Amino acid sequence: MTMGRSTIAGAAGFIVVAAIGPWMPPWLVSLATIAFANALVVLGLIVLWRTGLVPFGQALFYAIGAYAVALIGRYTPIRDVFVVILAGAVCAGLAAYAIGFLLARYREIFFAMLSLAMSMILYGVLVNTESLGSTDGFHVEAGTFLGYRPDGIWLNLSIYWLVLGCSAVLAWLVSLYFRSVAGALSNPIRDNEIRVEYLGISVDRLIHLKLVVSGILAGVGGVLAALAIQHVDPAMAYWTTSGSFVFVTILAGAGSVAAAFVGSLAFELFRSLAVDIMPGLWQMMLGTALLLTILFLPEGLGSLLGRLRGRWGKAS
Amino acid sequence: MLTVFAIVTDGLVYAAYLFLVAVGLTLIFGVMKILNVTHGSFYAFGAYGAATAAGIWYDKGLPDAGGFLFMILLAMAIGIVIGAVLERGILRFVYGRDEVVVVLVTYAAFLILEDVIVLIWGPRSYAAYQPMVAAGSIDVGDLTLSNYDIGLVVLAAAVAAIGVWALKHTRYGRLLAVVIFDREAAAAFGINVTVVYTVTFIIGAMLGALGGAVMAPKISITLGIGVEVIVLAFAVVAIGGMGSIEGALIGALIVGISRAAAVHLLPQLELFVIYAVMTLVLAFRPYGLFSQVQPRKI
Repeated sequence: MTMGRSTIAGAAGFIVVAAIGPWMPPWLVSLATIAFANALVVLGLIVLWRTGLVPFGQALFYAIGAYAVALIGRYTPIRDVFVVILAGAVCAGLAAYAIGFLLARYREIFFAMLSLAMSMILYGVLVNTESLGSTDGFHVEAGTFLGYRPDGIWLNLSIYWLVLGCSAVLAWLVSLYFRSVAGALSNPIRDNEIRVEYLGISVDRLIHLKLVVSGILAGVGGVLAALAIQHVDPAMAYWTTSGSFVFVTILAGAGSVAAAFVGSLAFELFRSLAVDIMPGLWQMMLGTALLLTILFLPEGLGSLLGRLRGRWGKAS
Repeated sequence: MLTVFAIVTDGLVYAAYLFLVAVGLTLIFGVMKILNVTHGSFYAFGAYGAATAAGIWYDKGLPDAGGFLFMILLAMAIGIVIGAVLERGILRFVYGRDEVVVVLVTYAAFLILEDVIVLIWGPRSYAAYQPMVAAGSIDVGDLTLSNYDIGLVVLAAAVAAIGVWALKHTRYGRLLAVVIFDREAAAAFGINVTVVYTVTFIIGAMLGALGGAVMAPKISITLGIGVEVIVLAFAVVAIGGMGSIEGALIGALIVGISRAAAVHLLPQLELFVIYAVMTLVLAFRPYGLFSQVQPRKI
């Protein structure tokens, strides 16, 4: 019953956030669009993190999704956002599937490092390939929505709603996945792989599956970010991009699906606030926030909510 | 033939640079099992410190030879201070947490230190070319080699030799071997693991700063130089096997030579080749060339 309730609460949350869109200031719409697109990548990281895996190269799939849209816009007449999202998801998923054969054998730091190396290979390729825009990247054509071609403020709002829609659907699918047998085995794998193997379950294959799931999520995140920013560049594959995704994951905690979205929004707000107040020192503020989170809120911001709920529960 | 010679010499110089930045990283990982992202900051602080030292020294018109020594000493002193502050001030509170969480702590410290650099040295870039110019160059066949580069290779070889010797034949080195093998057993036998950790981290930080100081004359010292170094050093250490000095040496040679080959034969592959080599090595030797066998925990 509680599961059903959280699904309804999630759906209601997305509807409310979508409904207030037209009344939000334009900067907030853009910020929330990017935040929710990035939240999908974070959701993918949470899928892996529940197994104890932290990839430092998730920007690889993010960049693959983003470049897929950009290239489709450049070389084909296809502009429909739903088609390009699907294309980006398929590209990222296939890349994750291929890399998974290598990556699924690794754990802990080695997993993190190898995934980092993969994303840096893509970065190197992008920087050195003139036809892919080299260091400058290139412009992404504005998308159409099943033939509808919005412009001006409506383009931003349409993308905002598109991102929210994708987020809602994917968040629901991921929460289903967490409740499936494969998802439920995450924590046991983290605790003790060999025991899971003794149950007759292939841990490598489960991790391979998780990689594909997280790759697809990151790919869709990349597509949506590219559509929102209307520009792609190699920095999307650089390790600092991956670093900020991991950062948000720590900030949010792996407790729930909602944490990814709240955490990502909080991160973007905090970052633009930090850049606003202290333009030269925003990295220091981010670093301090990360440090304080790790030291004092080891389970992430999500756990704060749980703790408050616990306190209220006792009081009533 | 000339190309082959150029590849080998360029490769050796680049390998020397890679080894000098990677050795501190591998030492800290080997002993403390911490993948230290802050290593990039140590490098950057070393380079900036060396530039400041060069400014002070050469403005006064003091003799060239001492200037380089002063740069190195100041950089290493900075490394010692930052290393001590970081280990005592932050890291000791997270020992025992997940390895990945500790990586993130060092990542947070790295972000903070990036801005500390801006606070101290400002956003402008620095140069400390004087030692490089003073060293001059020699002609070998048709190639002109910088004496400074040759010195770099010698220094890297010396650091490697001293490192291996110190680990195998000094009292502190043997204590380290015990701590690496089993931290709790070492503590039970009366080894002060806390002190060993602190000293190791400070030595690692000092080596990182040394790497920055010796590279300072060859590069433009500007914001963000630490970022690139981190991934490069990670790649070298991963190829060699994390925590092994011999591994870092071999890793640096492999990466150095293959990058030099790429630069001379297929320049567009330059960035790509380092990580491709790393992936290739890890595909066959998942934990690097010189990795130790890990027992399975049931």
